[in-house]
Amino acid sequence: MNTSADNAKFLQIQDVVKDFAGYKAVNNVSLDIAKGEIFALLGSSGCGKTTLLRMLAGFETPTSGRIVLNGQDLAGIAPYDRPLNMMFQSYALFPHLSVWDNIAFGLRREKLPKDTVAERVEAMLKLVQLGKFGKRKPHQLSGGQQQRVALARSLAKQPQLLLLDEPLGALDKKLREETQIELVNIIHSVGVTCVMVTHDQEEAMTMTSRIAVMSEGRFLQVGSPAEIYETPATRFVADFIGNVNLMDGKVTVDEPDHVVIDSADCRHYVGHGITGTLGMPVAVALRPEKIALQRARPTGEFNAVSGTIQELSYFGATTVFRVKLASGQVLAVSMANTERHLDDAFARGDTVWATWSPQAHVVLTH
Amino acid sequence: MQPTRHSRTSLPWWRGRGLVIGVPYAWLLLFFLAPFLIVAKYSISEMGDVRVEDLVTYANGAVKLAAKYTNYVTVFTDSLYFNAYLASLKYALCTTLCCLAIGYPFAYFMARARASVQALLLMLVMLPFWTSFLLRVYAWKGLLDEGGWVANAIVGLHLDQALLAMGLIEAPGQLMHTTFSLLVGMTYTYLPFMILPLYANLSKMDLRLLEAASDLGATPWVAFWRVTVPMSIAGIVAGSMLVFIPCVGEYVTPELLGGPQTLMIGRVIWDENFSNNDPPMASTIAVVLVLLIVVPLALFNRYQARVEEATK
Repeated sequence: MNTSADNAKFLQIQDVVKDFAGYKAVNNVSLDIAKGEIFALLGSSGCGKTTLLRMLAGFETPTSGRIVLNGQDLAGIAPYDRPLNMMFQSYALFPHLSVWDNIAFGLRREKLPKDTVAERVEAMLKLVQLGKFGKRKPHQLSGGQQQRVALARSLAKQPQLLLLDEPLGALDKKLREETQIELVNIIHSVGVTCVMVTHDQEEAMTMTSRIAVMSEGRFLQVGSPAEIYETPATRFVADFIGNVNLMDGKVTVDEPDHVVIDSADCRHYVGHGITGTLGMPVAVALRPEKIALQRARPTGEFNAVSGTIQELSYFGATTVFRVKLASGQVLAVSMANTERHLDDAFARGDTVWATWSPQAHVVLTH
Repeated sequence: MQPTRHSRTSLPWWRGRGLVIGVPYAWLLLFFLAPFLIVAKYSISEMGDVRVEDLVTYANGAVKLAAKYTNYVTVFTDSLYFNAYLASLKYALCTTLCCLAIGYPFAYFMARARASVQALLLMLVMLPFWTSFLLRVYAWKGLLDEGGWVANAIVGLHLDQALLAMGLIEAPGQLMHTTFSLLVGMTYTYLPFMILPLYANLSKMDLRLLEAASDLGATPWVAFWRVTVPMSIAGIVAGSMLVFIPCVGEYVTPELLGGPQTLMIGRVIWDENFSNNDPPMASTIAVVLVLLIVVPLALFNRYQARVEEATK
């Protein structure tokens, strides 16, 4: 093993391209992943995330580019010789083998002594809290239990890198939320570096330290969940992660401490450090939860707009209002329901003012 | 109320489900079970002058039951019958193993081939059914006889020496009317019955399981033996049963391609019936043969039921 390998560059993906008969499923991506990191490849179906994961596992060969794990170039190394394991989407557990034998499958291929295999399998069963289920067949387990068997099987060989393909995709919503945290705890307790593929942004944000948002075979943005949510780099990322109101406008004032952007319905005063040229077309992105509604007309001419409540959706913790503006654009506003009953609650058809702070915007140029 | 369920249960038995199941059952009862019972009755009857006597006769005010078990005793004591049964089971087993050895790789690669190629290969497997089975067995006679193409090729490559060493033929160059020609004919005839269930099974297999095996360190060879083969057991069992069961009672192929040393039970039944004029003895042999086949079939059905339960 290469001990000189830099921990920050434990896994290096360098200029990797995968060309399927003229269609570039993965189009020249580069990425360094640190040791112990949990990293997510996030994107909708067909964005190339699964192809990239399969190239890491060795089931696909990159058309060009290199994948280096812990200082070792993986090119030409067959999947069964790679020091990494994958947890498959819908698990791919061997239906003819018991839970115990499923977990032991990889260990037996290493020709380990029987006692060592038994010891490791028992340790894995304990880790995923399935101690009593060793003799069961996979079909005799619930979806959540199968998921844990799959995790145990992929961790049994103590891989240098763990790949997760839509790890929670087959579970229902309630179970998924519980399992997210459990899964992260197990991965951290083992200390394995992990790359997961998901289309579920919530899953990516709660489970991982960094996310790469993918579209059409490219990385649009790589960063921590907060960075990607609060400072999206492009319209696509802003729109893909969470909900967002996008307003097109032009820069009309450019001062050192602020800029003013005029859009169809209102004037935006942006108080954080951005610069641009006068007249530059930009888009202002506003998250629904950063907008507040009030009945009285606010003072000042910036960061406020009036409209009519067209629709409201009650979610319990929050209510989402859809406010129709003069231009016809509909603004989504999410308000926390901090009081049980409000005498003066907003209702459909009410004319309201929406306001936000000078720090709320993200200004996007593309 | 669910209208579909209601309408299903309210159908009279002679319509719908009852009809669909009932017609083939009636057919089998009439043309399989009834003849079998007649044969079973023959097997325990006395031979009269010309005809087989009734089992139960009423004479002089007393009911006389004329069941005769000596035929069964003979079948289990006379080594002629024992050896014929053994030979039938042996040749059926050899044929099954040959079909499995040829059919499994074929079905495997057919299931893994491109979809368009699969359709073509499947049609090629079915193609022999377009010609009469009898004609195809006769064709092998021509191919294996002295001067036949296959015989020439085998002799030309000196493969007949190997066959001789294995005891499959009696003399070099003499391929017809040997164990070899019998096995070639039966394997050829029954191969599609092995391939089709295996193909159906292997083509359904989830290929991600092989990726999972590979990911866990199994080479393709290991993955084949540890995952593909165990997962296709149901197909292997189905194909083997479809080959083994008809092979045991095979008559035509041994008659045309076999030799004097390949005496199988079908031939013995013929001889008892037509040469010895002893239908009760022929019936006895047939009944024992059916029992020999029913037992593995019952085991197979139990196995299938278990597999189905496991994959539910």
